[in-house]
Amino acid sequence: MANTRDIRRRIKSVKNTAQITKAMQMVAASKMRKAQQAALAGHPYSEVLNRVLVSLRDLVSESAHPLLVARPVKKTLVLLVTSDKGLCGALNTNVLREAATLDVGATDFVASGKKGASFLARTGRNMIADFSLPDSPSFLQTKAISKFCLEKFLSGEVDRVSVLYPKFVNTLTQKPVLVPLLPISKETAAGHDHDDKSAGAQFLFEPDSDEVLNAVLPYYFHFTVFQMILDARASEQSARMVAMKSATDNAKGLVKDLTLEYNKARQASITTELLEITTAQMALA
Amino acid sequence: MATLHLEIVTPEARTFSGEAQMVVVPGVEGEIGILPDHMPLMTQINPGELRYTTPEGEHFLAVGSGFLEVLPDRVSVMTDMAVAEAEIDEKAAEEAVARARKEIAEKALAGEELAFVQASLLKSLAQLHVKRRSRH
Repeated sequence: MANTRDIRRRIKSVKNTAQITKAMQMVAASKMRKAQQAALAGHPYSEVLNRVLVSLRDLVSESAHPLLVARPVKKTLVLLVTSDKGLCGALNTNVLREAATLDVGATDFVASGKKGASFLARTGRNMIADFSLPDSPSFLQTKAISKFCLEKFLSGEVDRVSVLYPKFVNTLTQKPVLVPLLPISKETAAGHDHDDKSAGAQFLFEPDSDEVLNAVLPYYFHFTVFQMILDARASEQSARMVAMKSATDNAKGLVKDLTLEYNKARQASITTELLEITTAQMALA
Repeated sequence: MATLHLEIVTPEARTFSGEAQMVVVPGVEGEIGILPDHMPLMTQINPGELRYTTPEGEHFLAVGSGFLEVLPDRVSVMTDMAVAEAEIDEKAAEEAVARARKEIAEKALAGEELAFVQASLLKSLAQLHVKRRSRH
């Protein structure tokens, strides 16, 4: 039977841990609400943007703009979005497991988030850039990342740009997904309800199609990356909240078990003491 | 009277979605008025004033730069800012204009940052324009 003082010490330390995880859970919960709101707010916008892109894609030929041209894929650039901090359950592990399956030789990586960067360095992958972002990044900040990727694609250094990030499904579920973004193909923009109203219609471009494509296509890319990073942030905070909640629950369970043990030990020592006293009395009598 | 479905979205929210009789948008090549059954059109828009008419009357919005897609029965406006006339804070807009002008004059901004400050200056000017014109 363990020493009562040891058990008391353990109860105290577990209670301390529970307090910390509880606090982290509260913080993550409030950050999660903000991050989810930010991620959801952009949805109508990207919906319309996607719809426009799908109809545009039907109208112009592939050679109309360099961002539309599919080249034979020799090199892929993957933007790896992870969190900076740990303690968010299996979120990063799941994303990195996905990253580990990618072909080492034919893939260049751009990391956003310390966890991803240290994974790439540890496993000796080809990391060409590492960007750090604050908790709630602005469009301008993520644009620096997307611009870097865009330039790599346009210069011909890579033939495809994809983003690997934890997609926010709901508070309990985050799914790592690899989404190809460049070249912009029908598949890139697909998956959104496409009505055929615009198909075959004669579109007017003002000032002309080149100018409009030049503005819309890079913007589409920048905005999609921005949206994905916001999504990853919402995932991170949700995962952290859930992980911290289960940590707090576990700690509470542990305290309960330890308290039971402590009481047993206390009772046993009292019984022994009583026995000793009675024995001594009987011996004297 | 025929109507078209107008949708105005910004990265932050869906500002307006509903039926309108006419829309006037600040395009890069000047103002464009759109009635139902307009030819399909795709263009960029500049910061400025957007007007649309519904049975309740005429509405004014200050919009930032973005894109416009016109289909015969639908108009989609994607912009980085859309503020209704009533919501514009004239004083705040004036301050923003002054601040942006000062930054451009004093700091040696370049590239992205300069473009960003210039864009926000144009947006604030558009807000002031919308707010003030409705007074005369």
